[in-house]
Amino acid sequence: MSDLAQSLDDGAAGVARSGLRIWWPGLHAAAAWFLAAAITVGLPDVIPWGSAGLFAGLVTGGGVALLLLSVTIDRLGDLGRKIAYWGPWFVAIGVWFAVWELTTAKTGWLPKPFFSPPQGLLNVWVVDFDRLLLCIGYSLRLWGLGFGSGIVAGFALGVALGWSKRFSYWGMPILKLIGPVPATAWIPCTFFFFPTTFHASIFIVALSAGIPVAILTASGVASVDRAYYDVARTLGANRRFLIFRVAIPASLPHVFVGLFMGLYYSFAVLVVAEMLGAKYGLGWYIQFQTAYSGYANVYATLVIMALLCAGIVHLQFRIRDRLLAWQKGIV
Amino acid sequence: MSATLDTAPHPVAAPARLRQNLALDVIGVSHAYDLDGRSLPVLDAIDLSLAPGEFVALLGPSGCGKSTLLRLAAGLERPTVGEIRADAVPIEGPDPTRLLVFQDPTLFPWRTVWKNVATGLEARGLLATHRGRIEEVLQLVKLDGFAAAYPHQLSGGMAQRVSIARALVNDPHLLLLDEPFGKLDSLTRLVLQQELAALWREVGFTALLVTHDVEEALLLADRVIVLSERPARILGEFRIEEDRPRRRDDPALVALRRTVLERLGIPHVPI
Repeated sequence: MSDLAQSLDDGAAGVARSGLRIWWPGLHAAAAWFLAAAITVGLPDVIPWGSAGLFAGLVTGGGVALLLLSVTIDRLGDLGRKIAYWGPWFVAIGVWFAVWELTTAKTGWLPKPFFSPPQGLLNVWVVDFDRLLLCIGYSLRLWGLGFGSGIVAGFALGVALGWSKRFSYWGMPILKLIGPVPATAWIPCTFFFFPTTFHASIFIVALSAGIPVAILTASGVASVDRAYYDVARTLGANRRFLIFRVAIPASLPHVFVGLFMGLYYSFAVLVVAEMLGAKYGLGWYIQFQTAYSGYANVYATLVIMALLCAGIVHLQFRIRDRLLAWQKGIV
Repeated sequence: MSATLDTAPHPVAAPARLRQNLALDVIGVSHAYDLDGRSLPVLDAIDLSLAPGEFVALLGPSGCGKSTLLRLAAGLERPTVGEIRADAVPIEGPDPTRLLVFQDPTLFPWRTVWKNVATGLEARGLLATHRGRIEEVLQLVKLDGFAAAYPHQLSGGMAQRVSIARALVNDPHLLLLDEPFGKLDSLTRLVLQQELAALWREVGFTALLVTHDVEEALLLADRVIVLSERPARILGEFRIEEDRPRRRDDPALVALRRTVLERLGIPHVPI
């Protein structure tokens, strides 16, 4: 593999010496981005929005960067190859900006207030930056506390259910009965049970993440091959060793399935909880802006949410890949 | 004591052999499993004694209950009737002096080779003091250099070597081998048979090997016990006097092989 990379490097260097080699997708992308910028500043607005100049400037900057890349990408090694892989996407994004600009601000074909041109979203991020940052902070705090406490409790419960027959006898039927109830259905009751809506919100986020983790952990621990216990017992393992050094590591692949399910549920419940009783937070922000027909704000927030959630999912994949590096096929 | 050492035929090997083996006595053991309320007898009145340092092979048809006898000797289960004693002490539970090597290597897939071998020391809190033993044992099974590998990266033969190392690092006095080479390809099996013979000579543990490979039993063991179909009874016993190291094509062993096979009910007919 490294030999192959080496020879590719040599090949690229050879071409660069003999003459300029052009990365055509980069050049096409630059053209598309310049076109989008030209449309933004060149054509008159049917519906005026703020930050059009800033948007055009940023897109032009992107276009210049792509233009430079289209002649220098061969010299960037690994990074260059990674960028080159996404070439068609850069073209598509430029075209998308141009079409988006035309159909909203320039022709008004997609009407205000339900649709917004790209600079509309940019304007929200610029103008409402402080408040959005605060909302991100609130959302992350609620999610972090809820998801964190939920998976810890769910994991502990799952290990107990999977390990102890007596615990499983009493606990499993209850978990199977309560587990399928959507966490959001608890909202009305929890708002009475807990002193503040914040605590209630943490609880339902924790519930949404904890239940799949508990169920999958329990089934993971219960399905550990008995032979592993036999081996460990003959080697002198006590109960503690069997639980922490055999049962738990052996069940981790199951646990991570539960963690991923819990992660997606927790995002859904987080936003609902924030829409119902929060003072700040991304869910609250969406709800609040919808009431004032601030759809550009809604879209801008959705983009933030998409990036945040995708980032967290990505992070969890990285953690899994590290912890489960021993599994065949992952590394 | 010193007089015994002086008269021992191999004075160098003697201390290790004295240190690391035990006598195993199986006394009137019968065992039955409970299958949906029905009793399924697997062992029928087995009497068997292993002298310290002796290598005994159990030969018998598949599913006859040989493996059960090993589980009982390991202390993983208690016999329904009878008693098993290690150095005259009744066996009541698992103990790291009596270790089992399974047909499947049963390595912990989440642990590296090093950590797998370290399991016994770690479980008994001896890792800090006996750390060096791990590297020694890995060298003994020719796997030094693979300490950081995960089980899924190993071949079947390498995995079984790790599993043997995982037992040996605890200096077992009795090694219970449950068809340890049964799932390996035939070439690897030949190599590991040689290695096991060498390990046994070098370390001097008492060994009880379950196999249905007659040649393997004759090459490795001092004594071969032939068992019947389930529930297993002892059908016969063969003492192998040949010197070690043994050759597969030794005419005496080839002749004995024919006798043992006939005892197992497989007549010698040309194919």
